[in-house]
Amino acid sequence: MSGITPIIMPKWGLSMKQGTVVSWLVDVGASISVGKPIMEVETDKIASDVEAPDPGVLRRKIANPGDVFPVKALLGVMAGEEVTEAQIDAYVASFVTPVDADDDEDGAAEQAWQWIEIDGIRVRYARRGNAEGGKLPVLFIHGFGGDLDNWLFNIDAVGAQNPVIALDLPAHGQSSLTLAGTTLKDLARFIAKFLDAIEVPRAHLVGHSMGGAIAAQLALDAPARVASLSLIGSAGLGREINAEYLAGYVAANSRRELKPVVEQLFADASLVSRQLLDDLLKYKRLDGVSAALTELAAGLFPGGQQGELPVPALAAGGIPLQVIWGEEDRIIPAGHAALALKGIKGAKVTVLAGAGHMVQMEKAGEVNALIKAQVA
Amino acid sequence: MTSKNPFPLSKEELLKCYRTMRTIREFEERLHVDFSRGDIPGFVHLYAGEEAAATGIMKHLNSGDRIASTHRGHGHCISKGVDVVAMMKEIYGKKGGTGNGKGGSMHIADLSMGMMGANGILGAGAPLVCGAALAAKFRNKGEVAISFVGDGASNQGTFLESLNLAAVWNLPALFVVENNGYAESTARDYATAVDSYVDRAAGFGMPGITVDGTDFFAVYEAAGEIIQRAREGGGPSLLECKMVRFYGHFEGDAQTYRATGELDDIRANHDCLKKFNAQVTAAGVISAAELQAIDQQVLAAIEDAVQQAKAAPLPTLADLTTDVYISY
Amino acid sequence: MARKISIKQAVNEALDQEMARDPAVICMGEDIVGGTGADGEKDAWGGVLGVTKGLYAKYGDRLMDTPLSESAYIGAAIGAAACGMRPVAELMFIDFMGVCFDQIYNQAAKFRYMFGGKAETPVVIRAMVGAGFRAAAQHSQMLTPLFTHIPGLKVVCPSTPYDTKGLLIQSIRDNDPVIFCEHKALYGIEGEVPEASYTIPLGEANVVREGKHCSIVTYGLMVHRSLEAAATLAKEGIEVEIVDLRSLSPLDMDTVLDSVTKTGRLVCVDEASPRCNIATDISAQVAMQAFSALKAQIEMVTPPHTPVPFSPTLEDLYIPSAAQIAAAVRKTVKGGKS
Repeated sequence: MSGITPIIMPKWGLSMKQGTVVSWLVDVGASISVGKPIMEVETDKIASDVEAPDPGVLRRKIANPGDVFPVKALLGVMAGEEVTEAQIDAYVASFVTPVDADDDEDGAAEQAWQWIEIDGIRVRYARRGNAEGGKLPVLFIHGFGGDLDNWLFNIDAVGAQNPVIALDLPAHGQSSLTLAGTTLKDLARFIAKFLDAIEVPRAHLVGHSMGGAIAAQLALDAPARVASLSLIGSAGLGREINAEYLAGYVAANSRRELKPVVEQLFADASLVSRQLLDDLLKYKRLDGVSAALTELAAGLFPGGQQGELPVPALAAGGIPLQVIWGEEDRIIPAGHAALALKGIKGAKVTVLAGAGHMVQMEKAGEVNALIKAQVA
Repeated sequence: MTSKNPFPLSKEELLKCYRTMRTIREFEERLHVDFSRGDIPGFVHLYAGEEAAATGIMKHLNSGDRIASTHRGHGHCISKGVDVVAMMKEIYGKKGGTGNGKGGSMHIADLSMGMMGANGILGAGAPLVCGAALAAKFRNKGEVAISFVGDGASNQGTFLESLNLAAVWNLPALFVVENNGYAESTARDYATAVDSYVDRAAGFGMPGITVDGTDFFAVYEAAGEIIQRAREGGGPSLLECKMVRFYGHFEGDAQTYRATGELDDIRANHDCLKKFNAQVTAAGVISAAELQAIDQQVLAAIEDAVQQAKAAPLPTLADLTTDVYISY
Repeated sequence: MARKISIKQAVNEALDQEMARDPAVICMGEDIVGGTGADGEKDAWGGVLGVTKGLYAKYGDRLMDTPLSESAYIGAAIGAAACGMRPVAELMFIDFMGVCFDQIYNQAAKFRYMFGGKAETPVVIRAMVGAGFRAAAQHSQMLTPLFTHIPGLKVVCPSTPYDTKGLLIQSIRDNDPVIFCEHKALYGIEGEVPEASYTIPLGEANVVREGKHCSIVTYGLMVHRSLEAAATLAKEGIEVEIVDLRSLSPLDMDTVLDSVTKTGRLVCVDEASPRCNIATDISAQVAMQAFSALKAQIEMVTPPHTPVPFSPTLEDLYIPSAAQIAAAVRKTVKGGKS
């Protein structure tokens, strides 16, 4: 029925099956613009606000606080004034929650991930999104100590438009706990081999933090493979980096020690849930992770500073570049964003208020829109 | 002029063995005196009179071989190479003792010398020695482990289980029963159903030997045989050393369970040091003067150990709660 | 990569990975291989419940079946540990501790202290604990307080496959004697466990459920019973927080105190007999250290002070139930009925 827009349970990350509605942030009758936070939802991984993907007026709340709904279930209805209550009733009654494409008989989240071996390193990656429409794939590269779930709030949104790929870098996430080198060139080469292995000759690259520097390096070394760059809170622009954070992250051996360190990643510390910390600890407690991260940090950030700065060298390349930063980034200063403008024709810079280093999580709606614009 | 040496040890080695036995004797005699003066806290169980057994056996061992001892462990410690000064400090409960004062006489140990501890639980060393022998088997360097028990603990379940386990797993473990006739105040003959430990050994599937434990050379020879067999993978054996103890079960024991004149007879006729002395001088290998010189040196060393022990500091409140868990 | 395996498989995997990594790790126990000296199949049992099955094929003589003599072989494991090996000895049922307890509490536990810090005894003694198998009084006890009471012993009792593998690997690498308790009724439960080796520190409790109204502090099978109670209570609007101690010694009191300070209410659930058990220990410590945070009396849920009965109806009444746990929580919540 036209004029009715469903508000549905989003899918954050590949393993999310359901979410708990915590609270509504708007009332019935409120006019909602794109990107406005309309409700708070909690999953077993994280709690966050659902931002309105479309504009409209809220006409019906289906979900109550405390209710648990599967992904893509109907939570509420927006509609124009001309739509009657009876029409909304009919819409609600006939709404069927679409089957999650990732679910099969096993309901196994494992189906969402794939594995491939490169140079003896087993890499976990996800590949999904809109394969019709003929757009180039978007490869998401996470940062130091992270994994593909850093793109929890982005992968499906961008995936609605393009094919999307996200990987766990060597010694990160569920990839083998072996490094593929400790220089940006090594890591860029690894990414190139990964793209070869999954038969993607050319892609848009989205990189966060260390992942941004890797993406930039690949653009320098193999420009033909990179259609565009979206660098988020990225390394590779300036020397400064919060070395104390890096050391603290590696050294922390308990939830108590890790919490204040991880809180530095966000402008809103309340996003650091117990589950987030537990998941990080589970990763850090794997044999070999501490040693690998220490070696990687020593290679990329010797003496507590960024060792290699590939972004300024992109000036000559002509690859479309955008840089996105959270204004309250305590890991890599937001001031680095402007450095991208030096000599790089057409570079776009966006600094978002109210977000820290994990801006792609804290301001997901806006970041997704910026990425989608870049890779369309 | 020295005669041809009929003994299985060189003169130099004989002198070392004498020094060891004399050190044990004077260490224990000195404790006897100091304990009666009230200088020493807790309990001590003296090895005086039993020196030949420990020394004759330990002469065949090096630091890779392990031993576990009894409550009456000073003799085993000294002959295994544990530092005498550290031992005395431990007995006095002082810092710098083998356990920094936290173990005491019954828990003197030095794992670096292969001495896995005197033990307050009788028979408890036997299973531990099975473990040490198992580790030796994995290391595969021909090392052995020896469990010392008294006639009393020779009836303890742990000891008997260990005999069986050692035989079943063919461990390089040796079990020495130091039979001094008394388990505290109870006579061995009453408490043990078999007269012969050789029979008991056979009952558990291993060879057994009985020797006069006051005869250094008899002990040395028998021990050598079973230790060599174990080193070569021949498995466990049991060695009974018949011996005497000069003092009571513990210092303060009035020993009224002994017959009249028994103690005098022991001192006069069953003193292993006197026997050794007589044997080596009669053979013309060592002179009385050489032995006396060692006696003097040993007395001086014991005196020095006592002085150091008395001067050493006592542990403090801060030491009370250390050494329970390693920090991680 | 993480996948679902059972606690039984997690134990096997931990032993397998540590034996592969460190040649000093050896295992011994009654029937841990099975068939030794007999003419039929070797590795016939792999442990009375099959927990160690398959290891013999990989590690051969580093797994040793023992004669029926706990004093001797538990003592041997301890002695070998004092001599540089890392033995994992199996005490088939913790109820058998009586015949070898001296080696554990007078020898292994005390070497480090008595020998002035110069001894290390890196032995792990694995034992089955707990009721629910109709195994009757002498094969169903927890006895965890007896070991927790001994200075010098570490005591671990995990409740999930993830915790089991990480804590067992850590226990093997730990340089002190560890009593590693495996609840026989939990061997079959499954959970996500990484394939790679990992550790969990001893002395770290886990908050398995967050809640603001009442703290349940517990361990072992009772964690699962408490989760059942929590689901029931949630429908009544009561949200409980569940702290799984995981390690009984060393003990993570900080997490317990943080929880009680937040909720103001405490229910200790302990499958060990009620006199002098873990519940009484935690209750006393909370009463001393967080008295002002308490909004209600402390409650404990334990079995009755009897041996474990055999008859199924009786055994089911003996083991604390989710209903009893929920009732105890309601007692602490203001206005709640029992």
